[in-house]
Amino acid sequence: MSVRREPGVEARQQLGWFKANQWLLARRATQLGFFMLFASGPLFGIWIAKGTLASSMTLDVLPLTDPLVLLQGLVAGHRPESLALIGAGIVLGAYLLIGGRVYCSWVCPINPVTDLAAWVRRKLDIKKGWNLKPKTRLWMLGAILVAAFITGTIAFELINPITTLYRGLLFGLSWGMATLLLIFLFDVFVTRNGWCGHVCPVGAFYGLVNTTGLLRVSARGRQRCDDCMDCYAICPEMHVIAPALNTADAGDSPIITDIDCTACGRCIDVCPERVFNFTHRFDQRVDQPPAPNTMTARSRLVTAA
Amino acid sequence: MALTKKKGYGPADPKRRRALKEMAMYAAGTAGIAAAVTGFAGQSRSLPAETLRPPGALPEHDFQSACVRCGLCVRACPYNTLKLAEFGDGPAIGTPYFVARQVPCEMCDDIPCVVACPTGALDHALTDIDNARMGEASLVGRTACLNMLGLRCDVCYRVCPVIDKAITLQLTHNARTKKHTIFEPVVHPDACTGCGKCEKSCVLEVAAIRVLPKKLAHGQIGEHYRLGWEEKDKKGKELVPGVIDLPDRLPGGPSDIEPPSLSKIPGLGKTGVGQ
Ligand code: SF4
Ligand code: SF4
Ligand code: SF4
Ligand code: SF4
Ligand code: SF4
Repeated sequence: MSVRREPGVEARQQLGWFKANQWLLARRATQLGFFMLFASGPLFGIWIAKGTLASSMTLDVLPLTDPLVLLQGLVAGHRPESLALIGAGIVLGAYLLIGGRVYCSWVCPINPVTDLAAWVRRKLDIKKGWNLKPKTRLWMLGAILVAAFITGTIAFELINPITTLYRGLLFGLSWGMATLLLIFLFDVFVTRNGWCGHVCPVGAFYGLVNTTGLLRVSARGRQRCDDCMDCYAICPEMHVIAPALNTADAGDSPIITDIDCTACGRCIDVCPERVFNFTHRFDQRVDQPPAPNTMTARSRLVTAA
Repeated sequence: MALTKKKGYGPADPKRRRALKEMAMYAAGTAGIAAAVTGFAGQSRSLPAETLRPPGALPEHDFQSACVRCGLCVRACPYNTLKLAEFGDGPAIGTPYFVARQVPCEMCDDIPCVVACPTGALDHALTDIDNARMGEASLVGRTACLNMLGLRCDVCYRVCPVIDKAITLQLTHNARTKKHTIFEPVVHPDACTGCGKCEKSCVLEVAAIRVLPKKLAHGQIGEHYRLGWEEKDKKGKELVPGVIDLPDRLPGGPSDIEPPSLSKIPGLGKTGVGQ
């Protein structure tokens, strides 16, 4: 066995299991929470949100519609009713305000699956794979819009694993699970974070929406970084970290502004030095280097040992 | 190459070449994926015979550009008529449909399914359920229908929510018994909503009366056809005065009837045809 470092282990040892997983837990709770808004109806007869992620009606007053699905409809030549337009406007506005790819990490039901695949891939120590470029998904986004235009139908919805999974679980269909398995295998054996990080056109769309959102991760404590590389190992979009961390000059912003960052908070969790934190877009604070005789958490540990 | 020189790259700049190659690869991949999705979508263009769309559904092709497959119509239906299509059901995956013989549409006055539809895939212009055209009933199993056999079943007629308009009983002589009447259920497409109640209720093992998508059930005469008797009613008198009583030919009848002379038709007269 190679002495490969599992990201998060050191953080867990130093900070405890809960602190080293708190954002992951929060995300799982949120993902489940969104699902339960829809599932409480069919399961327990308590109707909160009806419909699916494609379009829904919450408590009979709040319409929500996926803007990308609606966009495909528009490209396919349909002029939707105002209800769908309002719903898409609300969703778009919310993600512009918070951050587009928050959808990917906090709402999308595929995320737990691809996270699991990434974990399995690390456990199996698979390093090789097909080196797709993250921008592939922009081409995918283009492709599904072209398909919608040519067919005059919302073609991608025939295979979209996200809505298929929600539909499958909420309306008792089973076929969506097959796509799920494909994605899982693709992520484990073909490309690291293959689906969410390279292919998914929905992620690409929400990436384009990810330019104004307030919720950001900051490498505020970057001077404490001891290059353990755990954040890179866990980050589903690892190219986003460097500009705020290692390649940043003293005056550079500590905020991770890359549109690919999903605000998943895993970098915060796994960092034993607590370099990262959630903050807002305009927070430019950077921690000052410690006074020469102060010890970092790790050096304390080393000394204690 | 002139372009590359202008920009200051050597003609064989490897970086640029690689970038271009990559670009081409991605474009090709994109085209491939678009084509695959397009092909896949093409397969679910038309609706299988036993599946019907909810009330107010746009024509099939428009419907597929409009419906986001959210299932809100399904949730709104109090009778659990509607379901979302699964792979292999026939209709495009995720779109709502129903099968009349399983659960027909009860034709709710307030049409909750249409009201719930956020996109207008179910047309909000439909406010009177009697104007819905989900499909069209027709007596496809004529020879099995009990009424056609000379009995009095009448069930499909009795259950029809648009009774006496969408479906009537047409009386004809029963040639077999020579003394009874056949009460043939006849559907009138101008009033049939395609709700499927008749098909659901048909007492036979396999329903004799079926509701099919309009496209399959609805016959249509040519656009340019005019029905003389209707035109006559519209005009209020003969279309062409003083014409034309063509001789009636009976099967196997006499062939000694003189064909009418062209010169007797007004307007043609002596000049004849083609001059
Ligand atoms: S930078 Fe951090 S928050 Fe952003 S995607 Fe990577 S791990 Fe998640
Ligand atoms: S009209 Fe009523 S019964 Fe028919 S599909 Fe709509 S909600 Fe269901
Ligand atoms: S409510 Fe409208 S958009 Fe949603 S599934 Fe039904 S027909 Fe489609
Ligand atoms: S489908 Fe049958 S029951 Fe419904 S309106 Fe037509 S004839 Fe009547
Ligand atoms: S219910 Fe069936 S058998 Fe009876 S009259 Fe109608 S079509 Fe014929």
